[in-house]
Amino acid sequence: MAEFTTFEHDVLVIGAGGAGLRAAIEASACGCRVGLVCKSLLGKAHTVMAEGGMAAALANVDERDGWRVHFADTMRGGQYLNNWRMAELHAKEAPDRVRELESWGAVFDRTKEGRILQRNFGGHQYPRLAHVGDRTGLEMIRTLQDHGIHQGIDVHMEVTVVTLLKDGQRIAGALGYDRERGRFRLYRAGAVILATGGIGKAFKVTSNSWEYTGDGHALAYDAGADLKDMEFVQFHPTGMVWPLSVRGILVTEGVRGEGGVLRNSEGRRFMFDDIPDLYKNQTADNEEEGWRYVIGDKNARRPPELLTRDHVARCIVREIKAGRGSPHGGVYLDIGWIKEKISNAEEHIKKKLPSMHHQFKQLAGVDITREPMEVGPTTHYVMGGIDVDGDTQMSTVPGLFAAGECAAGLHGANRLGGNSLSDLVVFGKRAGEYAAKFAKEHGQPTVDQGQADDAMRDSLAPFDRAAESGAENPYEIQHTLQDLMQNNVGIVRNEEEMAAALDGIAKLRGRAKHASAHGHREYNPGWHTCVDLNNLLTVAEGVARSALERTESRGAHFREDHPEKVSDWGQWNLILRKGTDGAMQIERRRIAERPAELTTIIEEMK
Amino acid sequence: MPDAEVRVSLPQRHFGETARTDLWWLQPLVVFLGLSGFIVYSTWAAFQGAHYTYQGYLSPFYSPEIFGNSRHSWFGPWPLWWPGWLPYSPAFLILWAPGGFRLTCYYYRGAYYKSFWAAPLSCTVGKPFKKYRGEAKLPLILQNVHRYFLYLALLFLVFLSIDVYHAMWFETPEGVVQFGIGVGTIVLLINVILLGGYTFGCHSLRHLIGGKKDCVSKSFGGGKPYDCVSCLNRKHMLFAWMSLFWVGFTDFYVRMCSMGVFTDWRII
Amino acid sequence: MATATFKIWRGDASGGEYRDYTAEFDQGMVVLDVLHHIQAEQAGDLAIRWNCKAGKCGSCSAEINGKPRLMCMTRMSTLPVDEPITIQPMQTFPIIRDLVTDVSSNFKMKRSIKKFKPRPPDTEDGAWLMDQQDVERVQEFRKCIECFLCQDVCHVLREHHMHDEFIGPRHLVYAAALEMHPLDTEDRVADLKKLHGAGYCNITKCCTKVCPEHITITDNAIIPLKERIADEFYDPVTKLFRIFQPKKK
Repeated sequence: MAEFTTFEHDVLVIGAGGAGLRAAIEASACGCRVGLVCKSLLGKAHTVMAEGGMAAALANVDERDGWRVHFADTMRGGQYLNNWRMAELHAKEAPDRVRELESWGAVFDRTKEGRILQRNFGGHQYPRLAHVGDRTGLEMIRTLQDHGIHQGIDVHMEVTVVTLLKDGQRIAGALGYDRERGRFRLYRAGAVILATGGIGKAFKVTSNSWEYTGDGHALAYDAGADLKDMEFVQFHPTGMVWPLSVRGILVTEGVRGEGGVLRNSEGRRFMFDDIPDLYKNQTADNEEEGWRYVIGDKNARRPPELLTRDHVARCIVREIKAGRGSPHGGVYLDIGWIKEKISNAEEHIKKKLPSMHHQFKQLAGVDITREPMEVGPTTHYVMGGIDVDGDTQMSTVPGLFAAGECAAGLHGANRLGGNSLSDLVVFGKRAGEYAAKFAKEHGQPTVDQGQADDAMRDSLAPFDRAAESGAENPYEIQHTLQDLMQNNVGIVRNEEEMAAALDGIAKLRGRAKHASAHGHREYNPGWHTCVDLNNLLTVAEGVARSALERTESRGAHFREDHPEKVSDWGQWNLILRKGTDGAMQIERRRIAERPAELTTIIEEMK
Repeated sequence: MPDAEVRVSLPQRHFGETARTDLWWLQPLVVFLGLSGFIVYSTWAAFQGAHYTYQGYLSPFYSPEIFGNSRHSWFGPWPLWWPGWLPYSPAFLILWAPGGFRLTCYYYRGAYYKSFWAAPLSCTVGKPFKKYRGEAKLPLILQNVHRYFLYLALLFLVFLSIDVYHAMWFETPEGVVQFGIGVGTIVLLINVILLGGYTFGCHSLRHLIGGKKDCVSKSFGGGKPYDCVSCLNRKHMLFAWMSLFWVGFTDFYVRMCSMGVFTDWRII
Repeated sequence: MATATFKIWRGDASGGEYRDYTAEFDQGMVVLDVLHHIQAEQAGDLAIRWNCKAGKCGSCSAEINGKPRLMCMTRMSTLPVDEPITIQPMQTFPIIRDLVTDVSSNFKMKRSIKKFKPRPPDTEDGAWLMDQQDVERVQEFRKCIECFLCQDVCHVLREHHMHDEFIGPRHLVYAAALEMHPLDTEDRVADLKKLHGAGYCNITKCCTKVCPEHITITDNAIIPLKERIADEFYDPVTKLFRIFQPKKK
């Protein structure tokens, strides 16, 4: 059998983005030996791509803000499918986490009084996002990284985890290989925290990087944990659409927060045409009021461009389908127009949106201070994920924790911009804390050698298949899957297409069994793709199956065959579990009853 | 499979070798020619010891004139004790100061290390030697005296400004001194402005005036002077070259007027 | 569709060679796109390290026609395609395979710099007050995406391999961000001189030229640090002044 090296940790954290780093720091501070596994180099995780900011009710800009408002905003955005406990904890603890980042060296933009500046964002009632220009994610990950490297955490860079190991019911560790040399590594750990991010690579047009293959989702699922709300995939309304090679790269919501407007090819601000009832009271009905909101008038309501992402994305799709799109199949996002309103517009844009300016200049040859951008929806975030306990972040498998995007609950049916960065640190910390506690209470598990051997054999199988007739190119399978998901389980869904998608996924699963890799194990991208395929297929199936089951439209999930929101569906989460026969099982689970106090807050803020 | 622990990078490049396809040698060559040209001219001009004044004008290579025979001289003619083997040129008494300022200037350092020392000739181009001491050890550690040359350079700005004032007074053939402005006055004025732009953009000054504080906003003048210096500092290279050229040209202009080759036009 | 020839370095620590690949490319494509096509169609095992493909993570550093660049931010339209385009891994770092190098030395270097140590909070609720002007100076340095192109181009590391004596531009920028941080109370100046070799920088500014984030590395980070070192070690007058000055901390 293949050789491996064994590493001993109390807590193993898989994924080194914001949530993983924060969890590792916390577990380490609790006195645990912590291992941190990342698929790429430390500090390169997808958190660096987060642009707009992190939501926390610091009330530095508008003193009317507070955790209650933030909680109500999050619940409203999530169409009340959220785990209310998580939404509550998140709103309460986010300000502390922001201040904590500052104490570790983060440098946020300031108000005139010298406090942390906060900006407007979609779905947030008050300016709430602490930010650093449009590179807040980079600031966060660098701060955590620079703090973490002095904590005595063992960092395992460029390691892919292929399976979780179990000791009876509880978790026992993980098996992976280093991408550099292809050598196997066995991690024995009393608790494992998954912080692997999202599933964007299951779709063709996405703002996510290659790493986002749903590893954590699939690892947890295969280990017997429940997945929740997988039908809710957020399509960010504004991704680049041209040139083709950069299609999907994110254009921050911050552009709209700073006054950017959406127009169709007729020059019309189409967002005014369709304002949902839930937000009628909070949304401006004329351009003038919208602009006043942007420049900080507290009595003005926000412009419709700042409605929730699901809605804006659907409006854009509608315009494109109606033939009012831009030449390359998007709509126009214009920030340059603010020069009509303020004198130093060019300088202001460059200062507030430096990386957007740079990105469009360099990749598309567009100067956003003068010309409008062409944008269209792009797969951005998955609200669903591993079902966890709100307080401890533990999944249904004892000792297996999850935090960040790969965990479900906080965002419900739709995530508000800015809530993910705060999600990472709030629940990263909690996961670290409770994982450390679990590891201490339960001691080191025993690892079953047989599980490791099986996993190694499966991982190496693609090499053996290279010579077989009927060997498949893994890239081709991946591309087919991405096309399938994009076309059939995208922004607008229906039963027929999703059923076809499930058929297609089943066929691809068959083909993936013949996926092959050439050459040797050192930094072999073909092999890595083979290994990731299983994860992608699992999450793709999960998304399609849940989406087919939910016969209504809510939040990010829109069905043209069931376009209405059904109030009864608001009581149910959809749970996915691996059956004893290996097939995916789906069940409805009623949402736990909310404490009266929280319901009062929601009612008051409506 | 290679031995896992052997860690080597790509083979070192030979001197001048690079994968670059652009004209990477052009910039170091231009810098080399520009600086060499200035050094040759200024040395020649400094050795002359003559033709450095005309009317109220004084060549900046000779300012301040500590000993000398013109009306600008501080202490009158050369002292008798002056050793004969040293040249009788006022320039030699003072040129070390602005010369030292430029020699230790952060911009020039980078520029001449490249074009004169090939350390390296240009980015990613192979270097001629294997050993490297940088500015961490002698002799180049002495570059740290830059700030003292800055103090002198600031002093010289005062002298040169006074020279501009003197350049506004002309003697008529009758021996009457009257106010006026000639082309030479303007040349001297531009010289001070460009040197000022260069000196006030100095990295050391930027540090001393506020950069050394972590909170620049709480430094001298609420950080405004720091902002001004920073602004000039961004154009330090430009001012370095313009002022270098112009100071040479100013000497040339005065020299040509003094030799009677140029006629100095009076504006007022 | 146009065609270009690439000379790509293929090999590992035991040696390698440039191999030619011809590929088609479209308007708007970047070098990384074309390499991905080559990877999918001609060389399935071509090793490339990449991640965000949007110039934000700093993973896909390599040398394109001899210039250290991010492959994801180098548009094909900016390169001359009438002759082969040379692509090689970063020369400063040990080769792992093809275009992938071992940049782990950077992580070790960073750890040798003393960590951030803030002053006590300014307000009751645990917050600090800082001026936007002071914050901006540090924010420039914190734009760094750690692509290590500056480390690659720096001749002290590239040609002389002085990794033990000199921490290189990236970490001088990091140290500058900490040293100039309005809240920080730690003193790193002596370390910078002795342990980190700031004196080895001879300000040839290659690092500034290659920085994809346009950080003015030399003028804004390294030279100010050199000046702080001069304050402490090479300037008897300021030293004298300091003896008579009351201690600030």
